[in-house]
Amino acid sequence: MTGTIKSRIKSIIAEQAMLEPDQISDDSTPEDLGIDSLGLVESIFALEEEFDISIPFNANEPDKSDFDISNMGTIIAAVQRLVAQKAA
Amino acid sequence: MSPKKTGKKTAREQSVGAGDRSASPHGDGLRRVVITGAGTINALGHDVETTLAAFREGRSGITALNFRDVDRLSIQIGAQIHDWRPEDYFNRQQILLYDKFTQFTLLAAKQAVAQSGLAFHGALGLRSGVILGTAGGGLNTWDDNYRAVYEEGKNRVHPFVVPKLMNNAAASHTSMEFGLRGPSFTVATACASSNHAMGLAFQMVRSGAAQVMLTGGSEAMLCFGGVKAWEGLRVMSKDACRPFSANRNGMVQGEGAGVFVFEDYDHARARGAEILAEVVGFAMSSDAQDIVMPSAQGAERAITGALRDAGLNPDQIGYINAHGTGTAANDKTECAAVAHAFGHHADRLMISSTKSMHGHLIGGTGAVELLACIMALRDGIIAPTIGYQEPDPECALDVVPNEAREAKVDAVLSNAFAFGGLNAVIALRSI
Repeated sequence: MTGTIKSRIKSIIAEQAMLEPDQISDDSTPEDLGIDSLGLVESIFALEEEFDISIPFNANEPDKSDFDISNMGTIIAAVQRLVAQKAA
Repeated sequence: MSPKKTGKKTAREQSVGAGDRSASPHGDGLRRVVITGAGTINALGHDVETTLAAFREGRSGITALNFRDVDRLSIQIGAQIHDWRPEDYFNRQQILLYDKFTQFTLLAAKQAVAQSGLAFHGALGLRSGVILGTAGGGLNTWDDNYRAVYEEGKNRVHPFVVPKLMNNAAASHTSMEFGLRGPSFTVATACASSNHAMGLAFQMVRSGAAQVMLTGGSEAMLCFGGVKAWEGLRVMSKDACRPFSANRNGMVQGEGAGVFVFEDYDHARARGAEILAEVVGFAMSSDAQDIVMPSAQGAERAITGALRDAGLNPDQIGYINAHGTGTAANDKTECAAVAHAFGHHADRLMISSTKSMHGHLIGGTGAVELLACIMALRDGIIAPTIGYQEPDPECALDVVPNEAREAKVDAVLSNAFAFGGLNAVIALRSI
């Protein structure tokens, strides 16, 4: 299940970044992937739609958000947490 | 004066609005343009007097939003006009025909025209018009009727839906209300709509194409669809609008209208009209860069263009009403633009964002903000940036934090920088 979530997240981000999923590693940052602020907001929207979750993210203070966007690893962990919370 | 700004020729080439003019601000047969009437309704008050009192007191009009389905929004605050009763101002037939953005406009326009003392009979009506800004137009009408056909499954809508929602409805009803038979239209440039509208009205009177122009703008976007759309961008604050403060976390929407009478100076003088301020310059520029992220260079070109058009030196500007949305991106970009355009004088002028009080009226915002410029020039009171809590090194200007200030200023600017990279800056001076 975890692997499935991870691969779904990777394919969403890959589509946004116009890359192949295997080009994305856990330590890739949005910047590394060429995702700008609008691209990030779009990616978050796509993740919300895919998993039917609500991601707390304010573009004005990305660092203060509970949703850590530092790199793919933190994004995947945060989405997994939100999906688990939803199931609970 | 401003060592880093571009050379004279380049700045002129880069900005529209600076026509071929001599060094004299009033040379070349151009007409002088003055403001002889002002009107408004917004979350701070239903007229200019109440709004200016709120500016002086540093009072916020931002409250909990209250409209249908608000519980389905993640953003729950806005500068909403809660006590709006259209039946106090309009008859049943008018209410059926006027979207809220038109209602707000007509109320403000009536105040402005009443203050000016003008009547547009005969020749004056033929030489007068109205240019207004709005971004969303009749957004409540769209919202209500989409709900009726999509959610409620109705197959019939009211016959006035189109004339009610169209963006030019407010301008058209204003022309009808006062008999303005000259040039009239509506400008939609997102958050700069009102400044573009007022700048064009200024140019029209200055060129002699019109003798009097009603101008300003309005917005009524505080409905479920209007706020839901903005939520998507994730730039809205959930708690407060804190422009220039290091802990700012986004914009807060407002609603309302501001309308002014721009009049040929000689015409106003001849009839002994009270003059609120003189409009002396206007410039527009385009970033040509990004649909949402602002550019300091684009903003700076509009600022320097307005100064040049006005024939003002940078050190003559005492106050700037900032665009100051309270987003991370706008405020630091705007401060960089001002610092660059004004050089050392940037540390001496005052710059405040009144959006902290009346919210961001999107297409109507520049019009309400012009009131703070008039207050600075006429009353010598600078409206504060309220909600200011933590200095931000990227916004290291005198932002008039939290409390209004007495100061004599002779010339001011009003900034507006829209999504889409469209910038419009107006210069006023006292008279």
